[in-house]
Amino acid sequence: MSKIDKLFGEDVNAVNVGIDFISDDIKKQGASSTNVDWTPPARGNEKLMALLESLNDPAKKEKIDAANKEAVERIINSQPILIGYDQAINCVPGMTATTILHAGPPQEWKDMNGPMRGAVTGAIVFEGLASTIEEAEEVAASGKITFSPCHEHDTVGSMAGVTSASMYMHIIKNKTYGNIAYTNLSEQLAKILRFGANDQSVIDRLVWMRDIMGPMLRDAMKFSKDGLDLRHMLSEALHMGDECHNRNIAGTRTLIQALTPLIEQTDYSTKEKVEVFDFVASSDYFSGPTWMGLCKCAMDAAHGIENSTIVTTMARNGVEFGIRVSGMEGHTWFTGPSQLVVGPLFAGYKAEDSGLDIGDSAITETYGIGGFAMATSPAIVPLVGGTLEEATGHTINMLNITTTTNPNVTIPALNFMGIPTGIDVRKVIETGILPLINTAIAHKEPGIGMIGAGITNPPFEVFEKALVALEKTIK
Amino acid sequence: MTVEIKIKKNTYFDSVSLMSISAKANDIDHVKQVMIGMGTDMNKEVIRNVGMGTNEIEEASTGDLMIAVETEEQASIDEIFEEIDTLFDRKVDSVASGDAIYKTIPSAAQQNAQSNIAVISVNGMYAVREAQKALDNDLHVMLFSDNVSIEDEVKLKQTAHEKGLLMMGPDCGTAIINGVGLSFANKVRRGNIGVVAASGTGAQEMSVRIHDFGYGISQLIGTGGRDLNEKVGGIMMIDGMRALERDPSTEVIVLISKPPAKSVEEKIIKIAKEIDKPVVVFFTGGSKEQQDDGNIYYRPHSKDAAVQAVLLAGAKEADLNLHPLDLTLVEDIQAKLSKDQKYIRGLFCGGTLCDEALYTAMEKLDDVYSNIAVDAENKLTDNNKSKAHTFIDFGSDEFTAGKPHPMIDPSTRIERFLKEAADPEVAVILMDFELGYGSNADPAGVMVPAIKEAKEKAEKEGRHLEIIGYVLGTDEDPQNMEEQVQKLKDVGVTIAISSQDSGILAREIVLGGEKK
Repeated sequence: MSKIDKLFGEDVNAVNVGIDFISDDIKKQGASSTNVDWTPPARGNEKLMALLESLNDPAKKEKIDAANKEAVERIINSQPILIGYDQAINCVPGMTATTILHAGPPQEWKDMNGPMRGAVTGAIVFEGLASTIEEAEEVAASGKITFSPCHEHDTVGSMAGVTSASMYMHIIKNKTYGNIAYTNLSEQLAKILRFGANDQSVIDRLVWMRDIMGPMLRDAMKFSKDGLDLRHMLSEALHMGDECHNRNIAGTRTLIQALTPLIEQTDYSTKEKVEVFDFVASSDYFSGPTWMGLCKCAMDAAHGIENSTIVTTMARNGVEFGIRVSGMEGHTWFTGPSQLVVGPLFAGYKAEDSGLDIGDSAITETYGIGGFAMATSPAIVPLVGGTLEEATGHTINMLNITTTTNPNVTIPALNFMGIPTGIDVRKVIETGILPLINTAIAHKEPGIGMIGAGITNPPFEVFEKALVALEKTIK
Repeated sequence: MTVEIKIKKNTYFDSVSLMSISAKANDIDHVKQVMIGMGTDMNKEVIRNVGMGTNEIEEASTGDLMIAVETEEQASIDEIFEEIDTLFDRKVDSVASGDAIYKTIPSAAQQNAQSNIAVISVNGMYAVREAQKALDNDLHVMLFSDNVSIEDEVKLKQTAHEKGLLMMGPDCGTAIINGVGLSFANKVRRGNIGVVAASGTGAQEMSVRIHDFGYGISQLIGTGGRDLNEKVGGIMMIDGMRALERDPSTEVIVLISKPPAKSVEEKIIKIAKEIDKPVVVFFTGGSKEQQDDGNIYYRPHSKDAAVQAVLLAGAKEADLNLHPLDLTLVEDIQAKLSKDQKYIRGLFCGGTLCDEALYTAMEKLDDVYSNIAVDAENKLTDNNKSKAHTFIDFGSDEFTAGKPHPMIDPSTRIERFLKEAADPEVAVILMDFELGYGSNADPAGVMVPAIKEAKEKAEKEGRHLEIIGYVLGTDEDPQNMEEQVQKLKDVGVTIAISSQDSGILAREIVLGGEKK
């Protein structure tokens, strides 16, 4: 039957683009109409529109769509398994005794902001490369330290993301594709190295983590035959109201429940074990890095697919926001200025105390949780400001810039819709909608720590730059 | 006096919303004037022209919202901007309601599998992309937007034809599908007459007349005003006609167009002849003498065409109230006019109504001009300046770039009306008022103050100002038909009861001295 004949036999069900009252009029006549909240494509920028048009050429479009399909399949099919813990020097590719990994795109010491400098100098003292913070600053500036982004070492790091040789790492293996991702252990919340704090209490905690908790977790995992299925735990945590970037209460309990029998089998003293359990209980954030590692493991599997316009990395170093795109192989970064994070602050702090957006934790949004899964986490809403309806709206809004939904990780409140998956550079440019990131706020000065949480976005220009490069690359 | 500019980056509002927001903003206390618009070249020029141009304005992009405020006192400027901000609250509401917010056609279509038609009314410079996306997603399209190039139109229609989809529009925002009016449409009963129209108000007039005669519409397919242009070749009229041929609830087909390209007309008629249903052809500018041919009935005037359609649909001529034209009225009006008052000025929101009045005049008058005339000799050299008998279609592209259609926003016509009304050579001003979905909520009411003002002025100058009004609508339209007519009558407007009659009335009035 012709499509016109079919239309004559159906109820009118319109999609309205433009004047609102046309939609209202259709509804008044008893038919259905869905309003598109339309804005000029590419924010009205004709140059960008021309690039989109070029990529829309049927032959190119077919290639891109096929590549993106493969990329999102790899994200969805990735099954990250926690297989162990070990010190960075023993497992992280390219790690040396004088290497310090940091969050975000590449950055030199002289360009680092307050929290990053605090974390770097703290790590230098922790590694015994200097004895005081002042001395550590000289060492950092001396050229003896190799600075490199976590992301270029199969690693992600929360906030400053500072990772040095003797720190203990999660080791997460992709059961489907074989790649491995690494991430640091949680120092729990507030006055800690990854927020730029570096006094003696911070160093002491790092030492305890290196000498007690890290080895205990490493040894415990040796009792796990198949490792821990993190994607399964993530899915459970989302069903229990975590979005697994800023809210990790259910995820942490799920993880420690799985770790506890393994820890019990180790030879450490009860006192030491209780210390570890107490430490885990001291903050719900314990599993935060774990989910980041999971996301990194899945996103790396989708990186490097020719012609793909899917974003595989979003990361910030406190000065710059960088993204990487699957179709731009290797470590091609597209960067722009880090943005302010807007949200409630702890008592006693003001907006001007906030450091700019920082950390590799936006890997969670890149995968589809965190800000993208706000709809599943009613309890997070007050923390980042706003209403429940807005939170639901945020998740649905992300469908506009993603490629598909992930059936393995679902949102009960949205009728078990999968999380929005596969940010497409073309769609971000076309709609002007930016990925929504739901994140913590560090004090702008070194040594102070977390002062609040809120939401933020990447700068639009990182997608503009990516589009320009993709248009040149895709033939 | 202070001028303050605010640019809201990447904030989009459509021109219809901005129209109502601007109107409210200009009512705020201490405001001398406010200009609100997207950062298009045209809007920048408008702001420059009223002396509020700044570098900020120049740097705004088309995706940015510009607000320019001129106040009587500096102190109140912050409050004014605050108040203006509250006028934009609509979008925040839609977010807070938790309704799904779709930013693109594909995301809306993919999440609502039942979607079958996209209605597109964004600015012409973006409309083609959106229509293409709708077709790519297997949606039929009603393209309400103006200012789409004919090359783009051909491309879209070819795509639609290949996919078996309807691509209605651009430039004629009327359709009634399964009884549901999309954009400009009147509330008419359903029936056995199917319409394919390359003309928006022509289609509206036809549906209204058919309804008035007690009959109804099966489907009304607006093909876009240029469908019968040489380049477009009638792609959608042919597809629409074929669909109505297959449609079991359609028994009579009416084809409507402004004067078509000859070759296209021949092609259409050839196909129409193969159809197993009667076809009434209402093409303005056609010859009254053209003989009916088999199943084809040529009727170049709207009311005549409607009468023929309902007769074919089953009506008995004796039962129809044909509202015959009262020609004594003409003499009464002529008696009030001085010998200097010679000309018709037709000021139209509806293109085909303008066209019908224009051709009606040309049947008997010389010196007839219009912005939409086909022949060069009848084209106005300056659309802003009338000469002799002039007929203006304010819905034509040159008047609608970056502005809502005059059936929604009649401000351009009001200004022009006051100018024409002051011209001592004018005998009669002819105006249309469209009711129905999509149109202004009170089209007669918005014109009334200007009519009063003009009538009083004419009276002071010792001349009669004759205004003929035609209200296109039905008793079921959302605006109250009776009330609309009464408002016009109350300020001394002579009411015509069809498009055809309004043109004839005007012509006969001026025929006193200038018979052909």
